[in-house]
Amino acid sequence: MKLRRVADLGFMVRTLLADMGYAARLFLRLLMSLGITLRRPSLLREQVHFMGNYSLAVIAVSGVFVGFVMGLQYYYGLQRFGAAESVGMLISLSLVREFGPVMTALLFTGRAGTSLTAEIGLMKAGEQLSAMEMMAVDPVQRILAPRFWGAVIAMPLLSAVFSAVGVLGGWVIGVKMLGIDSGAFWGQMQSGVDVWLDVGNGVIKSVVFGFAVSFIALLQGYRAQPTPEGVALATTRTVVMASLTVLSLDFVLTALMFSI
Amino acid sequence: MQRSKTDLWVGLFVLLGAVALVFLALQSANLLSINVEKGYRVVAKFDNIGGLKPRGAVRSAGVVVGRVEAIDFDDKSFQARVTLSLNPKYAFPKDSSLKILTSGLLGEQYVGIEAGADSANLAAGDVISTTQSAVVLENLISQFLYSKAADGKSK
Repeated sequence: MKLRRVADLGFMVRTLLADMGYAARLFLRLLMSLGITLRRPSLLREQVHFMGNYSLAVIAVSGVFVGFVMGLQYYYGLQRFGAAESVGMLISLSLVREFGPVMTALLFTGRAGTSLTAEIGLMKAGEQLSAMEMMAVDPVQRILAPRFWGAVIAMPLLSAVFSAVGVLGGWVIGVKMLGIDSGAFWGQMQSGVDVWLDVGNGVIKSVVFGFAVSFIALLQGYRAQPTPEGVALATTRTVVMASLTVLSLDFVLTALMFSI
Repeated sequence: MQRSKTDLWVGLFVLLGAVALVFLALQSANLLSINVEKGYRVVAKFDNIGGLKPRGAVRSAGVVVGRVEAIDFDDKSFQARVTLSLNPKYAFPKDSSLKILTSGLLGEQYVGIEAGADSANLAAGDVISTTQSAVVLENLISQFLYSKAADGKSK
């Protein structure tokens, strides 16, 4: 009985290691397929269109509301100290550094990541991927790579839209509704936000999240059991794993970038 | 036809993202200081401006009447040269005095104008020299401590 447990443990460790190895190999293949993807811009463009343009509405609307809420909450906290003018700086800093990249990555997982997993999982279930291999077409290069790089391109752009729209939402609440002085709102923001340290690092973060989310979605789809249950499970796993990865990566990146 | 339509939408998306990035960069880099409000410019010299920042408010009796346009250092008189842009709707006597005030305990610093009694009004390019510096908390505390110490000695 004890021996059986040890064997089970060993099997688990082996499976885990093999999965990690497979994932690392797929990641490398996707990275190396950049050249081939760029040589076929029409495939890439289609994916940017699907993931970027169609995610724009949900990203922009969420950004506006996050900006509204932050305007209200920061004002509530700061007017006790008579520092309500700093609302602009705080909104901009928290959006550009954290909320923009993280919220965009989470929304993107739900909006585009799930559909990537389901699409590739169904392609696998319908044996379309095997058919491609039969015709000596590499499905990683033909199907996965454009989706991967499309998401990497779309993510920082969506994140920038989220932050910009959020700042404008905060301005509407802070200046137009709560009556903070407009010059002080922008002035404090400009003196408190640095282009490279804050905006630049936010862009780097969103690029990293783009790699992480799209890779997890593609891996789950590509490794899914080719059954309806398997695809459903893979889609769920995409959301759970991508969200946890984004949040934990965010902590690591923040610690690397902003702790001095 | 379908292809060029997708092209158009993707192009629009990329453009929108780029515009958002530029907006974020500009509003933090302070390059976006396009002056919408036109006003007449007045220069004031302060011994110490404390934490006053460009685009800060100029208030008289609590009402915003202008903006701080630029802050410079004058290495002849070793004073801060603050350029104010005042709303042309409002006129102030030539001998008006300026103060740097703080809204609330920790709030934004702004310039307060107190009207004088001269019959001539401030015009563009005028220099105001009757100014009162920002209150620097450290100086206040050290003055307070020194006076306390002096009190203790005399007793």
